[in-house]
Amino acid sequence: MGIRQAFDEIMGQAGSTIPRSELAALGTWIAGTPPEDLRRRQQSAEATFRQLGITFAVYGDSDASERIIPFDIVPRIFLASEWARLSEGLVQRVEAINAFLDDIYGPQRILKDGVLPADLILGNPQFRPEIAGIRPPHGIWAHICGIDLVRTGPDDFFVLEDNARTPSGVSYMLENREAMLRLCPELFHHFRVAAVDSYPDRLLETMRSVAPEGVAAPVCVVLTPGHYNSAFYEHSFLADSMGIELVEAADLVVEDDVVWMRMIGGLVKVDVIYRRIDDDFLDPRVFRPDSMLGVPGLIGAYAAGNVALINAPGNGIADDKAIYSYMPEIVKYYSGSAAKLPNVETWRCREPQALRYVLDNLDDLVVKLVDGSGGYGMLVGPTATRAEIEAFRAALIAEPHRYIAQPTLALSTVPTLGDAGLAPRHVDFRPFVLTGSCGVQVVPGGLTRVALKEGSLVVNSSQGGGTKDSFVLMDDGAMLQAQGPGGMTQSIGGMTQRMGGN
Amino acid sequence: MLARTASSLYWLGRYVERADFIARLVEATIRLDALSPRPAGRVAWESALAVTDTVAAFAKTGEEVGQDAVARFLTLDATHSGSLVRSLDMARNNARAVRTALTREAWTGINQAWLLFQNRAMPGGAAATLALTEAVKTATRGFEGAIHRMLRNQTTWFIRLGQAVERADNTARLLDVKYHILLPAGEPVGGVVDRDQWTTILQTVSAVTAYRWLYSEGLQPANVIDLLIARAELPRSLAASAEETVEILDLLAKRTGLHGEADQMARDRHARMVKTHSKAVIAGGLHQYLERFLAENDELHFAIAGQFRFG
Repeated sequence: MGIRQAFDEIMGQAGSTIPRSELAALGTWIAGTPPEDLRRRQQSAEATFRQLGITFAVYGDSDASERIIPFDIVPRIFLASEWARLSEGLVQRVEAINAFLDDIYGPQRILKDGVLPADLILGNPQFRPEIAGIRPPHGIWAHICGIDLVRTGPDDFFVLEDNARTPSGVSYMLENREAMLRLCPELFHHFRVAAVDSYPDRLLETMRSVAPEGVAAPVCVVLTPGHYNSAFYEHSFLADSMGIELVEAADLVVEDDVVWMRMIGGLVKVDVIYRRIDDDFLDPRVFRPDSMLGVPGLIGAYAAGNVALINAPGNGIADDKAIYSYMPEIVKYYSGSAAKLPNVETWRCREPQALRYVLDNLDDLVVKLVDGSGGYGMLVGPTATRAEIEAFRAALIAEPHRYIAQPTLALSTVPTLGDAGLAPRHVDFRPFVLTGSCGVQVVPGGLTRVALKEGSLVVNSSQGGGTKDSFVLMDDGAMLQAQGPGGMTQSIGGMTQRMGGN
Repeated sequence: MLARTASSLYWLGRYVERADFIARLVEATIRLDALSPRPAGRVAWESALAVTDTVAAFAKTGEEVGQDAVARFLTLDATHSGSLVRSLDMARNNARAVRTALTREAWTGINQAWLLFQNRAMPGGAAATLALTEAVKTATRGFEGAIHRMLRNQTTWFIRLGQAVERADNTARLLDVKYHILLPAGEPVGGVVDRDQWTTILQTVSAVTAYRWLYSEGLQPANVIDLLIARAELPRSLAASAEETVEILDLLAKRTGLHGEADQMARDRHARMVKTHSKAVIAGGLHQYLERFLAENDELHFAIAGQFRFG
């Protein structure tokens, strides 16, 4: 069972025993570094993560309320040429997502032109009529997008999922790189790797660029549900590296459509909020009256144009799994050309013909709940038991509109350190795309998630997945020349302490 | 600074200080127990419970007062607020809530101390308990060092303010319990048990060597009281804590422009402490003096919370 003939990011075609020519230096590095040494470095990285408290919580798992995500020492590497192509596709897709949101909560041209069935949008719980008609400052909705990609061959990248609400994982991109720089500095002599550490600066710049008109020095904050949230480390890490306040809902108060935060000296006006709270819990006056969380009046302030919310409320309609299958049409409609990054082929079980095909081929397909996440509510046909398949068959027949199905892709692999040394493990990839009032930018890196179990395709951290650093090469000229001593000398400032003597 | 952040920083300071104090207290009590002729050991552990205000909580466990039970209770029992593990839990929760305000080093200090207690059910014997308290002290020292290398701003000052207020409270309780409640009836003042008790006090506040430097006439209860109350040179003395509280509130006032009732109270207290002579305190009743001090320290705590809108 399992997946046959997967492309390997490092070795190339399945079964190859030598790395792709551009990555020969990584092969040399792996061959020259004993597995025990790799393991020691990996353990050191994980010990650091634990000490720093880079943890996530697994819901419903009371024994291990805080865990670290396993880290793998072998990086995945993108060639500069691969990255350039990917970036173009990502920019196109994110521009389309923003245009789509602006349209759906505005004139709804795409529905009037019959490109999407209206009930798919208007009957979707992710569509928020409460905010229709509100224009976010500068007309930007999805400031931070995480686009999940998979790869099946040298030139075959597919979008698996769009995340336009509050995508997480960027702290792993940054911390994994820090760990690699510390533990494997020699790799950065072999490869010129694009830096990711400017991400917090770029994010802050993006936030400031979308502040309401007329605010000279915008006050920006990160809004977190609090330190019991599974992604709290990331919230605090981002606020910290941007040098802005990390607030909880109780720290904010709205008066006359203006948002204030409670400081030791009194109230201070807030202009831009990077919120890591779901729409439902943002403002009890608008979304969930039963919610004790949230900031009463926040949406009113947003509607009045007095505060920017990042990402905008209502974005769920753009990354909903039911909408996903229409993304190629959506991209084409707004950009005027075919999507540069294709979708994974998807059967919408709401359509009778598709449902029939899916029911006939459950053994080969991946079936997903439209409103599920985190790898829950998912059937992987080729590795599922008979009972699991029959349970899904019944569920599909009962509520077909809740499901989509996709072929089981031979996801690419990367050599990964396991108990028996290095072995290929399947990976996916989440790059981060920022959109401010000055345009769209793709951060040269991202989060590579790896399924640590042999043959497994489920990379979610809640289901035993791990992470890897993701190198983006700045040029494909293979290995750099060995660095000579150059102009740098060992003594800095020439000051030394004299020991002993008189 | 967010009012909630200020509150968390202040409480972080208090709980770290409390953890450090409990570690020292357990350590010194083990020593006292080991040195004392039986059955003074039991008295030593009773006094440790009294200092941490956990006599009633311990009684509920139904266990016999003795080294194993009380050492476990004061280090690993998370069901009451006087234990090391609870103090570190609370310290870490506050630190987590203000993770952005701390440097990595400061956070790591707290987190390391907290990690020592995860999945630990029994302290083991005296040697293992001492290893544990030593590790806690190392971690809190690391935190202390990191605090002093952080930006000299409100973040550091709120932590140190919490530490200063907690330290005053801890020292006052220690002195009160040891002096008045637990000098066993019938023991001659200046006898063996008495002497060990006084040494324990000095150990708990890390002042054994300081005492030798400052007083030449050997171990005298009056001198120990003088040292712990009136000598500002000793960081854990009431005088030093009162002085530090004033200094930190001054720094906060200068940087934030915020001052009020807490400053006034702290300054009044400090002015009185400067004129305090330990002989007069003893003559007037040490217990009464310390009770008043503890009540005033609590009032100061509430004044600080009000002044900075802890909410």
